[in-house]
Amino acid sequence: MSRSRARPGLFFVSLLIALLLGLLPLPAGLAVFKPYWVALVLIYWLLEAPDRVGLGMAFVIGLVADLVYGTLFGEQAMRLIIIAFLVLRFRARLRFFPLSQQALAVLGLLLNDRVVSIGIRAFGGEGLPPASIWLAPLVGMLLWPWLFLLLDRVSTGLRK
Amino acid sequence: MAYDSSAGGPSFAEGGYGALRLLAYLTVAVMLMVADHRGGYLTQVRTWLTALNEPLYRAAALPVVALRSLRDSVISRGVLVDERDRLNAEMLVARAQLARMDELQRENTRLRELMGSSRGLAMRVQLAHLADLDLDPFRHRIVLDQGSRQGVREGLAIIDAKGLVGQIVAVAPLRATGMLISDASHAVPVQVQRSGLRTIAYGTGEVDRLVVPNIPQSADVREGDLLLTSGMGGGFPAGLQVARIVRLLPDDTRLFVVAEAEPVAALDRSGEVLLVWVPEPELDVGPPHASQTTEDAPVDGAPSP
Repeated sequence: MSRSRARPGLFFVSLLIALLLGLLPLPAGLAVFKPYWVALVLIYWLLEAPDRVGLGMAFVIGLVADLVYGTLFGEQAMRLIIIAFLVLRFRARLRFFPLSQQALAVLGLLLNDRVVSIGIRAFGGEGLPPASIWLAPLVGMLLWPWLFLLLDRVSTGLRK
Repeated sequence: MAYDSSAGGPSFAEGGYGALRLLAYLTVAVMLMVADHRGGYLTQVRTWLTALNEPLYRAAALPVVALRSLRDSVISRGVLVDERDRLNAEMLVARAQLARMDELQRENTRLRELMGSSRGLAMRVQLAHLADLDLDPFRHRIVLDQGSRQGVREGLAIIDAKGLVGQIVAVAPLRATGMLISDASHAVPVQVQRSGLRTIAYGTGEVDRLVVPNIPQSADVREGDLLLTSGMGGGFPAGLQVARIVRLLPDDTRLFVVAEAEPVAALDRSGEVLLVWVPEPELDVGPPHASQTTEDAPVDGAPSP
């Protein structure tokens, strides 16, 4: 598989940038639109380099994200494992979708992730979040094609 | 056999990512969450590891810091002079009010001493900046740029110029995390300023709304009433503004009233906040200690000489 020969450096750098983008403060009104960057980048690498990124890697990334964002230890780990499992399960199909359909699949993944996170928080006794929580997955869907093209361009550029 | 190929067949084992591994990881994740949520077994590990976040937090704040310094360097002199004049005027007014407040406070302390009340209004404050970070817009947490090295500890009240913002819930050496009063798991003992009615205000998960449930029908509460911290429980100092009541509704049982209130402080974004230390109460609160009861007043039924 020639595609998965991308440098490991790019993988870690892209995840680091995703973590930073997640921390970036947005103006008060825009904060609810902040997409789940780590998940988007993780989905890309699951599609492109499944021999490097598996459930174990998703778990570790989730634990790091939990530490960085101060969430319950294991919360994002759980969310990312579920995403990783679904992506790997349908990888053969997802990989050959056109970008627009892939974006729809990403929307589905992110919506499902929201359901999982609401479930986790409800268990933790945090109560139901406001309806605006559903906006971020839409932003994630709109961003997906650009993110995919960008990462693809960078990784092919690095390989030359 | 059609059944065979659909379950446990090659498509299921594709890449070796079976449901078993998923289950194993999910179990570990759940165990971690329970350990973190319940016992707090991981608190120490966490405090330790959060120190590693520091460079990441620094890096994330860079764009905002850069923007701010750019704005500071290109801002015109005229704007600065205007701002200085305005601030000077505001300070003058504030000083005058403070002088009057000082007098009132002295009088108040004297009266309280006469009454033997321990509920103090005195407090010590320290300025802290909000780190330019956004952990999760739905979690109602803020990160401050001061930690245990600056003497911050868990449970301190956070206020801004207008009122109560929240309290410190986690402390790292250089950072502290605060929970806003609007968080769904936050509650603060309050008192209606006008009537003195004591109750508790709960967060709702929405930044502009608190609820005060279980108010008796006969209680003296109106729309527009201001809620102050009551100082009960010792967590928050007394007399800080918390919220203003905007609506009164009957609850599901129709026996009590639920009040909706709007926080007074700018919860969604304020650059600087104050951390408040409450002095230890001099008098004992709560039930008497066992040693006291035996020494001072013999318990009923105890053999008396």
